[in-house]
Amino acid sequence: MRPLRHYARLLAVQMRTSLTLAVQYRFDFFLEGALALFWLAITLIPLLVVYSRRESVAGWSFPEALVVVGWFSVLKAVLDGGVTPSLNFVVEGVRKGTLDFILLKPADAQFLVSTARFEPWRILDFLGSIAVLAYAFHRLGRVPSVGDFMVGLALFGVALILLYSLWILVVSVSFRVVKVDNLSYLFISIFDAGRWPIDVFKGALRLIFTVVFPLALMTTYPAQALLGKLTSAHALLAGTGGLAFAAIARLVWKRALRAYTSASS
Amino acid sequence: MSRRPGGEGLRAVRHVLRVYPALLRVGFADMFAYRAEMVVWLLTMNMPLVMMALWTTVAATGPVGRFGQREFVAYYLGMLLVRIITGSWLVWELTMEIRHGTLASRLLRPIHPLWAHSAMQLAAVPLRALLVSPLVLVLYWVAGERLPLHEPARLAVAVAAIAGAWILLFLVMAIIGTLAAYVESALSIFDVWLGAQAVLSGFLVPLELLPPWVSQAARYLPFRYILGFPVETLIGLESTTSALHELGVQWLFIAGSLVATLALWRAALKRFAAFGG
Repeated sequence: MRPLRHYARLLAVQMRTSLTLAVQYRFDFFLEGALALFWLAITLIPLLVVYSRRESVAGWSFPEALVVVGWFSVLKAVLDGGVTPSLNFVVEGVRKGTLDFILLKPADAQFLVSTARFEPWRILDFLGSIAVLAYAFHRLGRVPSVGDFMVGLALFGVALILLYSLWILVVSVSFRVVKVDNLSYLFISIFDAGRWPIDVFKGALRLIFTVVFPLALMTTYPAQALLGKLTSAHALLAGTGGLAFAAIARLVWKRALRAYTSASS
Repeated sequence: MSRRPGGEGLRAVRHVLRVYPALLRVGFADMFAYRAEMVVWLLTMNMPLVMMALWTTVAATGPVGRFGQREFVAYYLGMLLVRIITGSWLVWELTMEIRHGTLASRLLRPIHPLWAHSAMQLAAVPLRALLVSPLVLVLYWVAGERLPLHEPARLAVAVAAIAGAWILLFLVMAIIGTLAAYVESALSIFDVWLGAQAVLSGFLVPLELLPPWVSQAARYLPFRYILGFPVETLIGLESTTSALHELGVQWLFIAGSLVATLALWRAALKRFAAFGG
């Protein structure tokens, strides 16, 4: 149990550093908070336009699609607050060569880079997204059953694992192709498609968003679980898919690290 | 730092014309040095494709307003095309140069930094055009009869509209980027601009599908003239006469932004010199 306690303490230290950094820029807190709500509103506009024209799209009614958007925004808040800042930190570290300092530290490198930076003010996005979810269920006129809620929570865990694994894969790429400032933009721009239920996509896009960049597993399936519409086969698929991705990501990370030669050499 | 008073304006223009080809060559070489980055940047432009997939699913049960499935495909392909051709990185470069102080070395060169930047950004256009040429073929295949290929007048307006969109976006980025001399969060301001542009330019959803008061208001705002207007002209959603009228509005916005850019630049330089020492 000692290593676990050791890493828990390390995590606390890393979080404290991020918090200290964040409170230095108090004005940013409010600015970013306001921006978060602004972007949430922009996320909703295409949905509102589509559903002003149609009662249902690809079998999804407005409140049901709103559950997907709400879920997507929750994940996006986690991504922006806990994942992207660290991603930018690593990409910059690879370019400047400062990543070496982290690799030298006597702890797991993957753990250290994954927890390098957090943006605490993203908690505002998170709360806004929960409000959207609450409104969606208010429109539906019911609440998820305890069982559905538990499945949804489990799939939230799977979604986090997937998000994190994809991120580790992106970082591994940044080891090989150094000048890739746009990499985190790319990641976010693809993730953006997750606001729509997977059923609106056909053919190749659908395959890509289910298997290659598994957005369906991250947003549509959990939303279906909350709505009580997810079959147990799909739930099982999501679970195993998540674990498989995590395993692949860890493997690729290990290999990429072995191939990593710092910027100076 | 503006060393050229108005009287020497003509000489200045001749000077710019003389060095511009060299600047373009530098920009072009720079672009090729970062090919991978260019491809990654292109891949980040996937939003119109996602919106296209969504709307074709919606339109499968019947057209939405004037838009059937083919119109949606043509619209979002056109959007992708114009977005890629007219996009630039000026605002990021400018804010970085001002914050890091590297603008100082640019000011020492005998050419206005915005001219130099415009050459760097313009040099990216041929390579981008090459990369998006398959898109043009798909567009031709989907909406060949709608494209202004056999109407020289509309073709001219469409080309002028795309060129105007490039200039307008460049100037807007110049204005917001120059603000970095005054406020720390110039990039946050640009974020807000991007958000407003996503909705009010027709990037996310064709403007005519928004509530009428929004699409009316959009005609009096600059956003539409950066994306929606060139796209609509290109794929034939606008008649040549109304497109010509709107082209005038677009160039009015350009003239206004140009005046604002130059005035702001002049004021900001005094400030930059002050805190650069």
